Amino acid sequence: MTATLRQTALHSVHKRLGAKMVDFGGWDMPVEYGGLIREHMAVRTAVGLFDVSHMGEIEVRGPNALALVQKVTCNDASKLNVGQAHYNCLMYEHGTLADDLLTYRVADDHFFLVVNAANQDKDFEWMRENNSMSATLENNGDRYSLLALQGPKAAEMLGALTSAPLGTLKYYWFTHGDVAGIPCRIARTGYTGEDCFELFCAPGAAEKLWDILIDAGQPHGILPCGLGARNTLRLEAGMALYGHEIDASHTPLEACLDRYVKLEKGDFIGRAALEKQKNEGITRKLVGLEMTGRGIARDGYPVYLSEEGDAAGIITSGSPAPFLKKNIAFAYVPAPAAEMGRAVWVGVRGQRVAAQLVATPFYKRPKK
Amino acid sequence: MSNKTPPNLRYTKDHEWILVDGSTGTIGITDHAQDALGDIVFVDAPKTGTPVQAGKVFGTVESVKAVSDLFSPASGEVTEVNDTLKDSPESVNEDPYGKGWLIKIKLSDKSEVDALMTADQYSAYAAQEHS
Repeated sequence: MTATLRQTALHSVHKRLGAKMVDFGGWDMPVEYGGLIREHMAVRTAVGLFDVSHMGEIEVRGPNALALVQKVTCNDASKLNVGQAHYNCLMYEHGTLADDLLTYRVADDHFFLVVNAANQDKDFEWMRENNSMSATLENNGDRYSLLALQGPKAAEMLGALTSAPLGTLKYYWFTHGDVAGIPCRIARTGYTGEDCFELFCAPGAAEKLWDILIDAGQPHGILPCGLGARNTLRLEAGMALYGHEIDASHTPLEACLDRYVKLEKGDFIGRAALEKQKNEGITRKLVGLEMTGRGIARDGYPVYLSEEGDAAGIITSGSPAPFLKKNIAFAYVPAPAAEMGRAVWVGVRGQRVAAQLVATPFYKRPKK
Repeated sequence: MSNKTPPNLRYTKDHEWILVDGSTGTIGITDHAQDALGDIVFVDAPKTGTPVQAGKVFGTVESVKAVSDLFSPASGEVTEVNDTLKDSPESVNEDPYGKGWLIKIKLSDKSEVDALMTADQYSAYAAQEHS
């Protein structure tokens, strides 16, 4: 059964560590190694290491590289300096999301896009279809392994392994350097709400890099972390997940991603639809909620605006939040109802359990 | 595996166990079930006095990432609920056959229990399902 699933270069490491494996977007990935809550807490209080090599990498090069990136995404990549990255959305004509991604500017004429694993081939095909300007386009997911080192101790432990200037590397910037002798692209990016580094390396070096990081992290309390903790961490940090909060039937404006929509940058796929929606106003909106009654909201559960009326919204991601020790969720509700503090009800297996709309992110890391 | 499957209990295909003592049945989930669920954070069990039926849902157990129905191994009426699980649901992970028990029932038909799997049968069943 698992024979058809794709494996990262670290697959044997996960097996060696006794990880519980799941099919995630067609990849055989670790969901947890020895307890989701412990892994979640390690990232909030110390440091955790994730294999996220399933993520896709698409590279765009050449004199028209910027033009292609600008055409298919809604953020303004012309504003990126070399060595800088930003969050972005790959767009469809109707203003909905083909995917969300990070755009890294490696050189003036070289962009490195990190996309969701399950969408990689679809994204690449969509970009190829829209590449009327003949930028050089490569689907390079197999050329990179990606290790995410996340947590308040990440900078200190990584700093001891590299001469790359981490102290001056700002959030959403990246550099290149050796980590314990292994050449890496070192990005200060992540998906957990903590201080974070993502290390791109050659797949052949991934196992060695993993072992070095785990060894170096021992005094700091490092734990290998699976996709289970990755999901609860990103939810606490108020970050959207493709296939849940965002997809081909929702727009970035509905998903509260307004600050990544740069209508003034010039034309791009979906721009007209987004401009129209911005002028007319959205009808549904993504909100955060916290359960006040006894029950856990889960993906797909209905949301009610009163104790008697029909369902008015839907939970897109719901889970206990291990650090906050609350039951939290993202949901779509009618835009007029999206007021912070408003009481709502979540249908938990036929019963309406009280909840309240709250601000996101649910969790913000303490300022140093 | 067998050391994680106490021989004095009977087991269901849905991974619950029952301990019979006179006319009382104590019910919980197996080590295999708690391991598959991961960190348990919430147990929803019926109140004392509620009738339960063999093979039917009597409550739910939730881990961080999933909800799982609980199926009663036998019919009867709930006589006691493990209230300590409200504050310490992790007992189900740590001690599924002891502190992590879920409910006790007054058995209405003890012969129902004879039809359930023995420890050896369940060990083989769980190992097969796992592969």
